[in-house]
Amino acid sequence: MGVSIQVDKLNAWFGKTQALYDIDMKVEANHATAVIGPSGCGKSTFVRCLNRMHETIPEARATGRVRIGELDVYNGTSATQIRRRIGMVFQKPNPFPTMSIYDNVAAGLKLNGFRDRHRLDEIVERSLQLSALWDEVKDFLKKKSGASLSGGQQQRLCIARALAVQPQVLLMDEPCSALDPISTGKIEELIFQLKESFTIVIVTHNMQQASRVAEFTGFFLLGKLIEFDKTEKIFTNPSDKRTEDYITGRFG
Amino acid sequence: MGNYALGAPRLPGPQPVDKSKVTDISRAQTGPLIQSGSSRLADRAFYFAILACGLCVLALVGLIIFELVTKSSLSWHAFGWKFFFQSDWDPVNDQYGALPFVYGTIVSSILALVLAVPLAVGVAVFITEMSPRWLRVPLAFTTELLAAIPSVIYGLWAIFVLVPLLREYVEPWLARYFGWSGLFEGAPYGIGMLAAGIILAIMVVPIISSITREVMTAVPQQQREAVLALGATRWEMIRTGVLRNARAGIMGGVILGLGRALGETMAVTMVIGNRPEIARSLFAPGYTMASVIANEFSEATGDLYLSALVEVGLALFIVTILVNMAAQLLVWTVTRGTPARANG
Ligand SMILES: Nc1ncnc2c1ncn2[C@@H]1O[C@H](COP(=O)(O)OP(=O)(O)O)[C@@H](O)[C@H]1O
Ligand SMILES: [Mg+2]
Repeated sequence: MGVSIQVDKLNAWFGKTQALYDIDMKVEANHATAVIGPSGCGKSTFVRCLNRMHETIPEARATGRVRIGELDVYNGTSATQIRRRIGMVFQKPNPFPTMSIYDNVAAGLKLNGFRDRHRLDEIVERSLQLSALWDEVKDFLKKKSGASLSGGQQQRLCIARALAVQPQVLLMDEPCSALDPISTGKIEELIFQLKESFTIVIVTHNMQQASRVAEFTGFFLLGKLIEFDKTEKIFTNPSDKRTEDYITGRFG
Repeated sequence: MGNYALGAPRLPGPQPVDKSKVTDISRAQTGPLIQSGSSRLADRAFYFAILACGLCVLALVGLIIFELVTKSSLSWHAFGWKFFFQSDWDPVNDQYGALPFVYGTIVSSILALVLAVPLAVGVAVFITEMSPRWLRVPLAFTTELLAAIPSVIYGLWAIFVLVPLLREYVEPWLARYFGWSGLFEGAPYGIGMLAAGIILAIMVVPIISSITREVMTAVPQQQREAVLALGATRWEMIRTGVLRNARAGIMGGVILGLGRALGETMAVTMVIGNRPEIARSLFAPGYTMASVIANEFSEATGDLYLSALVEVGLALFIVTILVNMAAQLLVWTVTRGTPARANG
């Protein structure tokens, strides 16, 4: 089951340059929330702060409070624990090229010391089914490399890999920007189904995509959250002039 | 440049125009813009000069092979394949078998790799993934520097430092606790196969670790992030996200190190003991292909003796060439980004 995310006064830096300023946001459980904005406005930085991937960059740091359900992300929990609760899918599909499809999906569980082969088989199958890839790969699970799949399949493999550790939240940073329209359609459909069981935060460059998949949308500009509301409201009747300018294509 | 006499300083900004250097466009329009005259000729000449340089290298390799083959034919006709499977090397009776040298070369090289690979990979991992930034360049530079030290110096160091250390402390200790394996028995001379293996290991660490470093840096950042995002610790990230992806390239580095170890002469000759014997114990003296050539070539009197030495050289040449080719191929496939085989 998904959990809600509460962000209070989140600030993030790369060295001396500040990338996020006082972000407050409440992400509803079991819904998809879109993060939009022109490039360089801090969308990636924002989602990477949610699972503490931000701090893996040298000299990057963040302050503020982020709660994922009961869990205080920056206080009293280790980064590895957080990341097991929060799956992440990146802009460019990044399956492990030296691992088979099966091992790609099982990678997270194996890292966490999971050894029960029978259960592993089950989880791999279930994850691939959740990511709508099972039928396409079930005949060569252990024979083919993750890198041998097409771009769209690779991205769904990465989704399966993230789902296999049974996270409560799924972060997706422009998951379709490297994909063709058909693969994009499949992933959007997938997001629709996944939000039954996960809380999804999706960064997107594509406003149609935001309006298709997300119930809530946050508009970022220059490191600030300008407006956060129901997607419908943002796209039909934004309260901020800058949001309106952006969605009507006046900049960005 | 008469215009720029001493008194006239070169000023920035517009300069007087040297008419002789300006192409008159009105004239150029009547013919092809690029004149196919002397420049074409220079181009040709340059091309052939470069081609000659390239061919020179090929010719050189060809000549070496030719020389080795002709000079060793006497020995080849006398012993055939048996040459490599017989272990008596007896110049007095003109009996030559190269097995002890082949054995010595292989064993000392393998020993070197066993010792060097974990160390080299460890050094590379530390430099690329763990050391603070400011320490990275000095460390990388120092390891690379190790490769630049002449092998005689390594040999001297081995004689004065390594060998006594082995004789006094290491070998007695090994004999006491691991003597049962048969690998560490007999008198601890210090000089012998073990010393050769260790000195070779020190010499190949920089090669392996610099290549490992290179292929590790070539692993895309997204791979590291993918592993971290699954909740991996730093060590798990290095193992799964970096080393695993780099393993074909690391293998290439190892094989390149092997190539170096197989052919290394001076330092090995100084510490291996130079006795054409095959012994199980690593304390025992041995001999390698490279060191027998270096040691005995100047005093090889008979034609057959000389020819046998050349044949040893030919065999060494072929093996090192093959090993190096395999290594280059592996490193090349990895740094070019071709995905390694799944589950290989
Ligand atoms: N690794 C980094 N080092 C330094 N600055 C960075 C780094 N990554 C991003 N930034 C800067 O942080 C700001 C926000 O970047 P990002 O979150 O990637 O934007 P978006 O995903 O919205 O395009 C940009 O100004 C960018 O230049
Ligand atoms: Mg981004």
